[in-house]
Amino acid sequence: MPAKKNRDKGDKSTTTTTEPTPVAIEPEGPPPPEPRPPVQVLYCGVCTFPVEYCEFGSSLTRCKEWLHEHDLEAYNKYYSEEALQAKIGTLSLEAQSKLEKDTAKKEAKAEAKADAALKKKMASQVTIKRIERNKRKHVTSVHGLEAFGIDLKKAAKQFASKFATGASVTKNPQGQEEIVVQGDVSDEILEMIEEEVGILKGIPADNVEIVEEKTKKN
Amino acid sequence: MFKKFQPSTDISGQTPVKSSVQRSIRSAILEQWKIEPETLEAVWPKKEGLVLVKCREHLSIYTVHGEPIFFQHFDGPIYPTLRLLHKYPYILPMVRVDRGAIRFLLAGAHMMCPGFTSKGGYLPPAEEGVAAGVPVAIYAEGKEHAVGVGITKLGTEEIKQVNKGVGVETVTYVGDDFWAIQSL
Repeated sequence: MPAKKNRDKGDKSTTTTTEPTPVAIEPEGPPPPEPRPPVQVLYCGVCTFPVEYCEFGSSLTRCKEWLHEHDLEAYNKYYSEEALQAKIGTLSLEAQSKLEKDTAKKEAKAEAKADAALKKKMASQVTIKRIERNKRKHVTSVHGLEAFGIDLKKAAKQFASKFATGASVTKNPQGQEEIVVQGDVSDEILEMIEEEVGILKGIPADNVEIVEEKTKKN
Repeated sequence: MFKKFQPSTDISGQTPVKSSVQRSIRSAILEQWKIEPETLEAVWPKKEGLVLVKCREHLSIYTVHGEPIFFQHFDGPIYPTLRLLHKYPYILPMVRVDRGAIRFLLAGAHMMCPGFTSKGGYLPPAEEGVAAGVPVAIYAEGKEHAVGVGITKLGTEEIKQVNKGVGVETVTYVGDDFWAIQSL
């Protein structure tokens, strides 16, 4: 027991860096040093920037709306008339107008990009394929889930636990990733997608198709 | 450094850090940053194990509870993440760029000397000058919070004299791929 105590002491003296030892750091100051509280920064809910940097993001209008809804005080601080005047600061008028134009352009671009991404997402297909292994044994491969922002690993896990079979993420010959589930569960998977079970969310049922693939041996 | 960063392809593995290594990291941080041991303790409690996330190009990110708190390139200086810097803004020396430079900074550009020496910029006075190769917090004119973390390529006095070319290299900035990662 005494030996252990000794060791503890020795440890402390070697790692004084982390130990709050009020005597050593502030010899005459009576209050022991407290960790300084962190500064709270308000981050924008739309672009995740600190709110004062929203103007440089690509979604200023939406950021403004968000801030107006969530924190009127901060909104007035950053977007009231005087604030806008003061902000121009050392910049020349010409540079300022150019900056504004750039921001508007950027915003439009980002919007178009988001639109295109959404369109692409809506157009992409999910294929559920039933593959014959043996005469009466099948595996089911699900392809195209990642286009809807679904984590394939998690989805595979969900299938595995739901059907109590093996399910894995594998690369198909084209080099794309797909989920392979053991057993013929194509109809069940379709049902799951339609009912949006677990993480399988946001897939329109029209975009899902079931295909059958037989081995060509026979 | 983080303009392009995809966790799925750029991270090669995560391992807990040995306690002896943790100790040396802790003392290195206390030496390099202006942070009190108590504050560091609040950010990274002694009992919580540090996790090293190894990435491409010898980049190591250290996380506590999955939240990145600092990172290092090779054996270079240790940088705090921007979110940590926002919470404790005094830990790094401060430099400020003028308003015109913000746009470029947010696109990942390195910071040129004139941005610091112009009217909106700020460099620490001569007696508190920062040498080359030191992590600094980059602030922006008229803004309250840091916009990026950088490393000085020239000493601050040199920046004032030369006034040309890259003064501070940007390491991470608001809105880069590393900013988007809140937990690993």
